[in-house]
Amino acid sequence: MGGIDLTIVWAVIIAFAVFAYVVMDGFDLGIGILFPSFAVGDERDQAMNSIAPVWDGNETWLVMGGGGLLAAFPIAYAIILPATYPLMIAMLLGLVFRGVAFEFRWRDPRHRPLWDVAFTLGSVVAALSQGITLGAILQGIHVAGDAYAGGWLDWLSPFSLLTGVALVIGYALLGATWLVWKTEGQAQQHARRLSLGLGIATFAAMAAVSGATPFLAYDYWRRWFAMPGVLLTAQVPLLVMIAAVLFFWSLRRGGEKLPFLIALALFLLGFVGLAISMYPYVVPRAVTIWDAAAPPQSQLFMLVGAVVIVPVILIYTAWAYWVFRGKVGTQGYH
Amino acid sequence: MLDHLDPVILARAQFAFTVSFHFIFPAFSIGLASYLMVLEGLWLKTGSGLYANLYRYWLKIFAVAFGMGVVSGLVMSYQFGTNWSVFSAKAGPIIGPLMAYEVLTAFFLEAGFLGVMLFGISKVGKGLHFFATCMVALGTLISATWIISVNSWMQTPVGYAINAKGQFVPAGSWLPIIFNPSFPYRLTHTVIAAYLTTSLVVGAVGAWHLLKDRTNPGARTMFSMAMWMAAIVAPIQIFAGDTQGLNTLEHQPAKVLAMEGDYDPSPNGAPLVLFGLPSNAEGRVRYKVEVPHVGSLILKHDPSAPLPGLKDFPRDKWPPVPIIFWSFRIMVALGFAMLGLGLWSLAARARKRLYDWPWLHRAAVAMGPAGFVAVIAGWVTTEVGRQPYTIYGLLETAQSHSPLAAPAVAASLVAFVLVYFAAFGAGTYYLLRLMAKPPEAHEAEPANMPQRAAGITPAPGVGAPLPAAE
Ligand code: HDD
Ligand code: HEM
Ligand code: HEM
Repeated sequence: MGGIDLTIVWAVIIAFAVFAYVVMDGFDLGIGILFPSFAVGDERDQAMNSIAPVWDGNETWLVMGGGGLLAAFPIAYAIILPATYPLMIAMLLGLVFRGVAFEFRWRDPRHRPLWDVAFTLGSVVAALSQGITLGAILQGIHVAGDAYAGGWLDWLSPFSLLTGVALVIGYALLGATWLVWKTEGQAQQHARRLSLGLGIATFAAMAAVSGATPFLAYDYWRRWFAMPGVLLTAQVPLLVMIAAVLFFWSLRRGGEKLPFLIALALFLLGFVGLAISMYPYVVPRAVTIWDAAAPPQSQLFMLVGAVVIVPVILIYTAWAYWVFRGKVGTQGYH
Repeated sequence: MLDHLDPVILARAQFAFTVSFHFIFPAFSIGLASYLMVLEGLWLKTGSGLYANLYRYWLKIFAVAFGMGVVSGLVMSYQFGTNWSVFSAKAGPIIGPLMAYEVLTAFFLEAGFLGVMLFGISKVGKGLHFFATCMVALGTLISATWIISVNSWMQTPVGYAINAKGQFVPAGSWLPIIFNPSFPYRLTHTVIAAYLTTSLVVGAVGAWHLLKDRTNPGARTMFSMAMWMAAIVAPIQIFAGDTQGLNTLEHQPAKVLAMEGDYDPSPNGAPLVLFGLPSNAEGRVRYKVEVPHVGSLILKHDPSAPLPGLKDFPRDKWPPVPIIFWSFRIMVALGFAMLGLGLWSLAARARKRLYDWPWLHRAAVAMGPAGFVAVIAGWVTTEVGRQPYTIYGLLETAQSHSPLAAPAVAASLVAFVLVYFAAFGAGTYYLLRLMAKPPEAHEAEPANMPQRAAGITPAPGVGAPLPAAE
């Protein structure tokens, strides 16, 4: 394998898994976050049905991200999870409620309002915890001797709360634009109105987080603003601006798929920005991907499988989406 | 007050609680997925609506159980990092890739085809739908294979080297790691346990409805199928358990001695302790009832073969004997009870009374939950018996945990207990309610079929995905 750095390959694979998780479960969680604003009955049922067949597969990317981190970067896994302990537990419990609500709300019409609340609370808690975790990682984790050395509330800060709220808003945008695509009639009009407000909120949140990050540490400042790098990094905000214009334009023109696709592009840009801030660290300014890496035998063994199996997974996942293509609304799927 | 609690004990309690809860669902969904595959296969082959109805009946139950398995499993994959970070950092290079393969080969497969299996009956052809069911069933089995490999490696670690950072890394080939010495035994015993557990649940549901209406064709078929399974598989399970015990004696002798309650060495052949109250403090089993020489007969196949005792091992390396001693007996007793039920059903078949022998049906109902109890008892034996190590003989539990604060672990443990009892308690109630309804001739599809829930007349083709029962 001479010449190829397995560690970088694995960093890319895990980044891909995390990104896949964020956008795919992002729209599921977003629908959960927005759920109380949907009319009881038809509108809620449509929203739920638009994700029921796919949420499990979407959530599996989270297992892939966590499991992949354990396998390829065990030391990073062993530092980040204790450092964000209460957040991880909250996220898992939130996902428990979110996950069971899919089945339970149909099983028990009498308590459906209760499971709808559980669905929303679970989604909000999971999204918020994930966002705060992101902020906690960016602001830095106290590491000594390859292990976490801080307290159990170190993660809590204004910055991490900001990233938490930002992610909730971003997920809600994904959810709303997904519904623009998948529903019609009243429900779709509602989703369109939501998308407009959430679009504005998302851009504001992205601006706030991007504005705050360089002030966390000089290192971030240098990456973003020093010459000549700034010629490259400046492209990211520029592209975000273009995406913003396109987004509002497509929403006004009545686009059905485009708003969702642009929201995805926004997340991708945010992700690229994150990569610029973090690379080559996995725990910023403390542990690089090479420090945390599993030995080459472990990484190579998994790579063989990943190269063969991930494309197959993508194919049958795409097939599952294709089976349930079209509007969920009045006609059922076509 | 919380500071007096030991974070390691709390972390262990939390892991034991979450993993035991998690395993209850796979024990059922592994078996049920295969059962659904058989039902759909029979339906495709015979065209009989009876099987189509049974398929729909159990599919609704499967959807609820599987959902709970997924969310409780997600918790597990993060518990390694939150509570056992030192273990994760050290063993990650070995167990991590195995679990990553589980995600790649099993979880995605299950999840990818689950949507089609649950909601796609009318959207894809029959053949393709059957294929989806098969893939979900296959996924559950692949998942069991990898995770049992991981667990077995922790019990019987081989094929590793230790690097400069103190991590366990593969010494060469991965094959000895995956196929470690206890893996084949453990996999066989666990998968059979899942089939047995499922057959007892299916049998109990069938029996329950036979008690009310012995002519219900669905109840008759499921009861008969389940009793065949129990009758065939229970003896195999006992045999598998016996061979596993021999394997454990070879690799983890202290565990077997704890299961048997043998504190003192027995140079002239060990007795079989039936009952008693083991005490690690006194180093003996109080009030014991024993049968001489049978212990050696079982473990060595020779009544006077010598066996060591726990006292041959340092005292601080003893597992907590009372727990293992009892959990083992519970499992074995239930195993023989299952064998008894299977034999009874064979006798009933021979006398043509399978469907009208109320006492047999009452016994089958009573045995419905037995599989779950046996499965948990078995895992408790295995895991507690591994103590005081997480990686047997190499890494102690007391050195595996995260740098944790007791209040954080205590608070999260309480949260897990509350949430699990609320969420999975409700789920269990829904499962029981689904099972309390007799299988009908026109069994509905799962209530949340996307087409239906919109409250609109079905699109063309949706109306008759499966034929009605005769
Ligand atoms: C013998 C079988 C077995 C054992 C010992 C375990 N599991 Fe499990 N697990 C399964 C058999 C299974 C399954 C049958 O494949 C499940 C159950 C229901 C389901 O959805 O898949 C599952 C689900 C499941 C999921 C959700 C997968 C998804 O999103 O579809 C995760 C993340 C885990 N498990 C992780 C674990 C971990 C970390 C374990 C060890 C501590 C563990 N499981 C023990
Ligand atoms: C689903 C089946 C399983 C059950 C029911 C189960 C049960 C338990 C129990 C009861 C304990 C607590 C033992 C004690 O602290 O005294 C435990 C501990 C543990 N188990 Fe398992 N286990 C299962 C599968 C696994 C698997 C597959 C793995 C590995 C991948 C695993 C890894 C561990 C670890 C790391 C601990 C914590 C350390 C310890 O306390 O021993 N378990 N398990
Ligand atoms: C009389 C019959 C049985 C015998 C002799 C037996 C034997 C054993 C032994 C020796 C172990 C411990 C393995 C270790 O050393 O780690 C074990 C574990 C286990 N048993 Fe059994 N068993 C019997 C019946 C059952 C039944 C009926 C079930 C469930 C339906 C069951 C489920 C399990 C499970 C899930 C484990 C833990 C996983 C493993 O280590 O394979 N057993 N059994």
